[in-house]
Amino acid sequence: MENIKKLTSKRLFMPLFCLAVMLIAAVIASPDFFKIGIQNGVLYGRIIDVVNRGSEVVILAVGMTLVVSASAGTDISVGAVMAVVAAVACAFTAGGQQSVNEYIRNPFLGALLAVLVGILCGCFNGFLVARLKIQPMVATLILFTAGRGIAQLLTNGQITYVRVESYKMLGSSIPGVPVPTSIFVTVLMVVLTMLLLKKTAMGMYIEAVGINSRAARLVGLKSTMIIFLVYAFSGFCASIAGLINSSRIYSADANNIGLNLELDAILAVALGGNSLAGGKFSLLGSVIGAYTIQTLTTTLYAGSVSSDQIPVYKAIVVVIIVSLQSPELGKLVRRLKAKFSARAGKGAVS
Amino acid sequence: MKKERRKLDGNSFLLVITIVLFLVMYAAGCILFKTQGFAKTQNFLNLFISNAGLIVIAVGMTIVMITGGIDISVGSVVAMVCMILAWTMEMAGWGAIWSTVFVLAIGLVFGFVQGWLVAYLKIQPFIVTLAGMFFARGMTAVISKEMISIKNEMFLSWAQCKIYLPFGGYINKKGMLIKPYIYPSVIIAILVLIAVFLVLKYTKFGRSIYAIGGNEQSALMMGLNVKRTKLKAYMLEGFLASLGGFLFCLNTCSGFVEQAKGLEMDAIASSVIGGTLLTGGVGNVIGSLFGVLIKGTIEAFITFQGTLSSWWTRITIAAMLCFFIVLQSIFAAAKEKNKK
Repeated sequence: MENIKKLTSKRLFMPLFCLAVMLIAAVIASPDFFKIGIQNGVLYGRIIDVVNRGSEVVILAVGMTLVVSASAGTDISVGAVMAVVAAVACAFTAGGQQSVNEYIRNPFLGALLAVLVGILCGCFNGFLVARLKIQPMVATLILFTAGRGIAQLLTNGQITYVRVESYKMLGSSIPGVPVPTSIFVTVLMVVLTMLLLKKTAMGMYIEAVGINSRAARLVGLKSTMIIFLVYAFSGFCASIAGLINSSRIYSADANNIGLNLELDAILAVALGGNSLAGGKFSLLGSVIGAYTIQTLTTTLYAGSVSSDQIPVYKAIVVVIIVSLQSPELGKLVRRLKAKFSARAGKGAVS
Repeated sequence: MKKERRKLDGNSFLLVITIVLFLVMYAAGCILFKTQGFAKTQNFLNLFISNAGLIVIAVGMTIVMITGGIDISVGSVVAMVCMILAWTMEMAGWGAIWSTVFVLAIGLVFGFVQGWLVAYLKIQPFIVTLAGMFFARGMTAVISKEMISIKNEMFLSWAQCKIYLPFGGYINKKGMLIKPYIYPSVIIAILVLIAVFLVLKYTKFGRSIYAIGGNEQSALMMGLNVKRTKLKAYMLEGFLASLGGFLFCLNTCSGFVEQAKGLEMDAIASSVIGGTLLTGGVGNVIGSLFGVLIKGTIEAFITFQGTLSSWWTRITIAAMLCFFIVLQSIFAAAKEKNKK
């Protein structure tokens, strides 16, 4: 009993438990879930699909975790920023044409430019939140609204294709390597961020600012700067995710790249056991949360639920999770219990 | 004299800016597109006709934003309402009146659930309504993935009933008097606007909303039932969202999944541009009306201009939103300083 209690009180217990439940559900829904094969020299299978397709959500969730922790708010512009980044990358490498079969300009330069634009978007959000003290959700609402419009303008309202094999590598795989490239990128992003947070005091600073930004400032932390950096980092994560997504479809589709991914990222953070009210966070939890969601999405797709119906299920999951997280629910349940036991007690007396 | 000056503080000043901005934009439109008839009375009324639903939704949004919350589910709720209207009338064969009553009830229930989660479980409004947004949009797809056009005669007669105004007409080339007209939806929208304005200004419920938005703790200590008031505010908002959806449907007469995408942003932007503070406690539905009208004017500009892509509407609105938010934060900072 003691051991069970110890286990359940561990921070990562709930996220792992959710993931396990999800995986079991996935196996029940499709028994060949864990089967892995090799097709065209690349690992193939549903579980691989989850890990591969989950890359964008994981990367976004990493940035989102820090944003939530430091500013107690969410960055809802990440999906739109992804679209902008993809548009920049494609419009630059395609040299303004609608569809190209070879690079017009250097793709590395394009990717670099795109990442810079993504960081710039993050800086814009960061400036509004940190310097002007605007609520995070509202500040990021501006780019959420304008982002896809800007992306449309960059690509002249059309889908820009870059039909070059090497452009597809980021989203699929490099010849001779059986593991999809995006998995490497994801692992790299997560590990680097973790090292950055653990090896320097940055992680603690972010938590301190999130718990009480005034107190953090009084002990000598530059709260404003830290919040600003966190948003810039979220922009960076969004740009990497945008590049991967753009590479997958070797094009920039301003309307659909990163659509609704901001919800997935927020959901991943919540599922990871992180409080949306800021403060302490667990990056690993968010990563687990992200894969849980991807499992849910993949399973629903496999169960022939169409992509526009999936939000119903996700919304229900979100509401259940945040309700369970709410301390008010516990109070409510306790009050109800007390009421019932009082009534029962009365009944016994009479 | 002194009293008059005090009246024009930062928040009223924002409202004045909004109204002036609208007038300037409209005047500019009249001059730029003079030959295309921008200045006609009908064109002005068209602002109301095409945005009747949005006016009602923005009014609801303003109520919720005054409490310090936000509701980003309205766009999806509109899509869901249109789809339910279309489905019940076309597929299930209900009467127009029953369908309408049904969707209004659904709006109330939707508002109740969201309000309960926000008020009683103290979950951030943004998260709750984000879930609501995805739920409603997904439900729309669950009901039908195909577009359903409404052919119900009664509904169409509501939608196409032109009400001619006795003034503002002009004689056309053939010598016929063309009177400007509006649709019933405009009248409903204006009535809602006036009703909510009065409720917010003169009833206990309305004043409680302002008190809660201003400072929840103080409101609680004053003995206001914060939770119940919030719940009521969200219910009213949900009802207005479904009513707005109904008016929206009168314009489009159809239901499809992608309908009213991004409408929540228009509503929020309208409220903010109209001087509603994002931190709660301050706001005015009249300002929101002008916010909607500004959005309508931008759209009219783009239609009359002809060559600009519709994406410019979004970008202009976002830029304006940004401008007003920054303005608000500057005013707030100035206020802080004055206090010290």
